[in-house]
Amino acid sequence: MSVQWDRRITPYLFVSPFFVLFAVFGLYPLLRTGWMSLHRWDLLAGPVRFTGLANYADLLTDPHFYNALANTASIFVVATVPQLAAALGIAALLDRPLRGRTAWHAVVLLPNVVPVVAVALVFTQLFGRDQGFAAWVLSWFGADPVDWQAHAWSAHLGVAIMVNWRWTGYNALLYLAAMQSVPRELHEAAALDGASRLRAFRSVTLPGIRPTLLFTVVVSAIGGLQLFAEPRLFGGGSTAGSAGGNDRQFQTLVMYLYENGFERFDAGYAATISWVLFALCAVLASVNAVLVRRLVGRG
Amino acid sequence: MRRAPGVLASAALLLVLLGSLFPLYWSVVVASHDNAAMSARVPPLLPGGELWRNVHDVFEAVDFQAALGNSAIVAVTVTASNVLLSTLAGFAFAHLRFRGRRVLFGLVLGSVMVPAQLGVVPLFELVGELGWYGRLEAVVVPGLVSAFGVFWMRQACREAVPRELVDAARVDGCSLVRTYWHVVLPALRPHALVLAMLTFLASWNDFFWPLVVLDPVESPTVQVALAHLAGGYYTDYPLVLTGAVLGTLPVVVLFALLARKLVTGLPGGRVNP
Repeated sequence: MSVQWDRRITPYLFVSPFFVLFAVFGLYPLLRTGWMSLHRWDLLAGPVRFTGLANYADLLTDPHFYNALANTASIFVVATVPQLAAALGIAALLDRPLRGRTAWHAVVLLPNVVPVVAVALVFTQLFGRDQGFAAWVLSWFGADPVDWQAHAWSAHLGVAIMVNWRWTGYNALLYLAAMQSVPRELHEAAALDGASRLRAFRSVTLPGIRPTLLFTVVVSAIGGLQLFAEPRLFGGGSTAGSAGGNDRQFQTLVMYLYENGFERFDAGYAATISWVLFALCAVLASVNAVLVRRLVGRG
Repeated sequence: MRRAPGVLASAALLLVLLGSLFPLYWSVVVASHDNAAMSARVPPLLPGGELWRNVHDVFEAVDFQAALGNSAIVAVTVTASNVLLSTLAGFAFAHLRFRGRRVLFGLVLGSVMVPAQLGVVPLFELVGELGWYGRLEAVVVPGLVSAFGVFWMRQACREAVPRELVDAARVDGCSLVRTYWHVVLPALRPHALVLAMLTFLASWNDFFWPLVVLDPVESPTVQVALAHLAGGYYTDYPLVLTGAVLGTLPVVVLFALLARKLVTGLPGGRVNP
């Protein structure tokens, strides 16, 4: 092998596995999703006929789609607001001399490594109507057991708690890393000026970690758009399907995608939902890119 | 300015500790009782003595041994491949000059944020054409490398592998493959280990795509087998949570072994949101 050949060709060989796999299993499915969404398409039998934008027109007048969209947004808000606030609090707690720092970090990160299926199953048991831990705790206060799956608010809350258990610690560690990279001198200056701990947190720490805060909001939103396992298993395994409750009160967008594609075999309509989801994710990702650039540029 | 935690902070830390551990503890409590005990108005708060019987029952109810084996095969293959292919491409993007490098890396960056699971419908079709439906290839091959891994290993390469080292190797007449193997890969070991850990976890815990493409009875991964176990009109929670504990144990053990490396090397993004 000549040196010349090695220097010219080998770099392409190094990057080609990624691009081959990306083309076949990433880009091609993405483009084909767009193509399928323009057809009536049976998952098993294939294309039935070209229908143009008919699937999109249907989607825009489909109450189940808006229901899933609203549920997804509601769960996202109920989950993300307290989650990021708690993560900020935990990060502030850990941002001080602690004995066993690494152990604390590990404790905080542990929920994130637990399989999402296991998380969903144990929380579904905790929120059981008749034999759940939550029912027992409620009874201390004289409250009646709640049929958690039966109402939109309680189901959204239940799913949000599962999501938060898994992700709060992860985000806390991201915030902690960001906090510790805020220049020491800024804190010292604030202390010299007689700023209280809370004031220093608001005026020094928060602005310093703004890009990270923003990043976690956007990543949580992209994750929230794809929420599937928690609500699906909350509704009880495979026989219940992906309807998300009797009145679809906790069906998310990806559950609706799954229902159309893999329970009704309506691949064209499922592809339409995919494409809309993809567009939403792309918008979020670009908003993120623009905002981070602006914030980092200013800071 | 940085003080040791006071009473309030200690109480808050204790709460965090309890919050983190309680669901895991509770899984063990449920897994070690029978269904009758769990149906009591006041649930038992301490582990019981039924764990081994429940474990036995899980292996009776579904082919859990096969599921554990399948998950291990998938996660180990995907992890090894991700580390190898991501460091290779990361090295090329960090230190090698070739035409189109910027455009190609732009493509990598652009695809980091694209959620691959949204292409699930055509992917299902593609896998069917390849004859992989219900086979582990369907889960392994699409996961062999990720844009995130390439992106991250390029960063790592820039930080951990001095350009002079690569140049020196070239002056010594070392081929690029040998440079990668003897210079780059050893220098990237700490980063590669964290990437391996995160990839293994994401792969072991993956649910959506395996649920779509694998057969819950013939070829499940652990997660698919668990969902199958929990399905049906009536859920036997001690049984289901025994399965969940068994499926969680490998990742928790791995985490315990490598937690120190992981918490210090966490990248600012998720492998699999």
